[in-house]
Amino acid sequence: MNPRPGGPPGPVIALQRVTRTFDSSDGSTVVALQDVDLALRAHEFVSVIGPSGCGKSTILRLIAGLLPASSGSVRIYDLPVTEPRDEIGIVFQKPTLLPWLTVLDNVTFPMRHKHGRVDARDVERARELLRITGLQDFAGKRPAELSGGMQQRVAIARSLLHDPDILLMDEPFSALDALTRDEMSFELLRIWSERPKTVVFVTHSIQEALLLSDRIVVMSARPGRVAEIIDVPLPRPRGLDTLADPRFTAMANDIRAKVFTRKPEVHA
Amino acid sequence: MNPVRSPLRAWLERHASPLAALAVLALWEAACRFGGLPAYVLPAPSAIVQAAVELGAARWGEHLVATLQVALAGYAVAIAVAFPLAIGITASPLLSRTLMPWLVVIQSTPIVAIAPIIVVTLGAGTLPRVVITTLIAFFPLVIATATGMASVPAELVELSRSLRASRSREYWQIRLPHAVPHIFSALKVAITLAVIGAVVAEFVAAEKGLGYLILFATSSFKVPVAFASLALLVGSSLALYGVIVRIHRRFFAWSL
Repeated sequence: MNPRPGGPPGPVIALQRVTRTFDSSDGSTVVALQDVDLALRAHEFVSVIGPSGCGKSTILRLIAGLLPASSGSVRIYDLPVTEPRDEIGIVFQKPTLLPWLTVLDNVTFPMRHKHGRVDARDVERARELLRITGLQDFAGKRPAELSGGMQQRVAIARSLLHDPDILLMDEPFSALDALTRDEMSFELLRIWSERPKTVVFVTHSIQEALLLSDRIVVMSARPGRVAEIIDVPLPRPRGLDTLADPRFTAMANDIRAKVFTRKPEVHA
Repeated sequence: MNPVRSPLRAWLERHASPLAALAVLALWEAACRFGGLPAYVLPAPSAIVQAAVELGAARWGEHLVATLQVALAGYAVAIAVAFPLAIGITASPLLSRTLMPWLVVIQSTPIVAIAPIIVVTLGAGTLPRVVITTLIAFFPLVIATATGMASVPAELVELSRSLRASRSREYWQIRLPHAVPHIFSALKVAITLAVIGAVVAEFVAAEKGLGYLILFATSSFKVPVAFASLALLVGSSLALYGVIVRIHRRFFAWSL
């Protein structure tokens, strides 16, 4: 097994001087990420925030092993990431469910896709996850019969099926309406407090980042760099009263100012 | 407008489509009987029915079965050829570059024009007819299946990669099912093309089948028989189309 927290100390996820470039269609090279340093402790909830094109999603894909770094090192449990690893669960911006499968089959899909079969234990676990996400009555429905928020909950349940240590979330609530977003954030907090995981959460929303995170990584764009890492000392468990906390509002304004002053960085 | 419609008007509106068809048939019949159109130009519906009855159910069955056999065999071969081709084209850019030009060339070739050549090359049996039918029907299947498989959302492919699933599972469990709506659109087009293909093949070389019957009947001025064959062809084509629609609804309701 992998070294779990309580085993050897040190970061769970470590990015060192990570640079990633892409060749664009006109032959020029675009630097998506430049010299990114980032380390996540076990069970830490870290949000990555920044303007469009700052390489937020690229960071996620590097950690997921879906993209190789152009230079620098990406390590998980002190091992270099060369391919996708089993201890990672991913939630994408869109639910990306399979419309031909029932909700239950969507949740167990990773097992069928990876191992070619789904055993009784997987089904039991999927049912438990559907209970946790409040979807137990929808196990036999197709995704099209569910609302956007419910579909994203199925996607979250799917990402948790193999009980990953690390959860990578790429703007998972951005397609949802504001009310559903808040509801989903609280739900994610509850799931996370029940089954602690190391989470990297990419978002556009400062509120969402503050509500959820232990630390917030503020990125700047073109090239994507870590501009600042902000600790969020708000007490846990967080809930509706956190949103009303004056410190919450003050920090939100502070971060907004930082994101905005960095945004128009145009080099002549 | 008028909130309370008369029952007669409601009945007329509900049955507008079959009533219109009946009206056309009645006009057609009247034009032939009283308009002086000779039967070899346009036979009256009643004459067509009479000719059909005279030929007898056994003969019709024989010709119909012959045509359906060729159409369905060609359709089956087209499907069997199209799926592997589509998977190859989607999976390998090299295969796509080398095969696509050939597929477009085959599709751009008037099959009616090369049908006699195929008959000369492959002999006069069932084989050349099936080949001609396949050539006419397979192209939309390849293109639709390949398009459907290539249009899988990038995130679903990433999900597959993140699970380190094999390429074959990526195709069986994600890409092919994702292509189902595209595939059924093409299956519907292809089944009507298969009937056309069978008739074309029978025009070139056959001793039975509805296409052959049309050719034989017109050459001996039995135009009503030709019209009856045509009606049966259209009917079969519609019925086959309906079967595909039903299969789609019954087994792939999620993709409707």
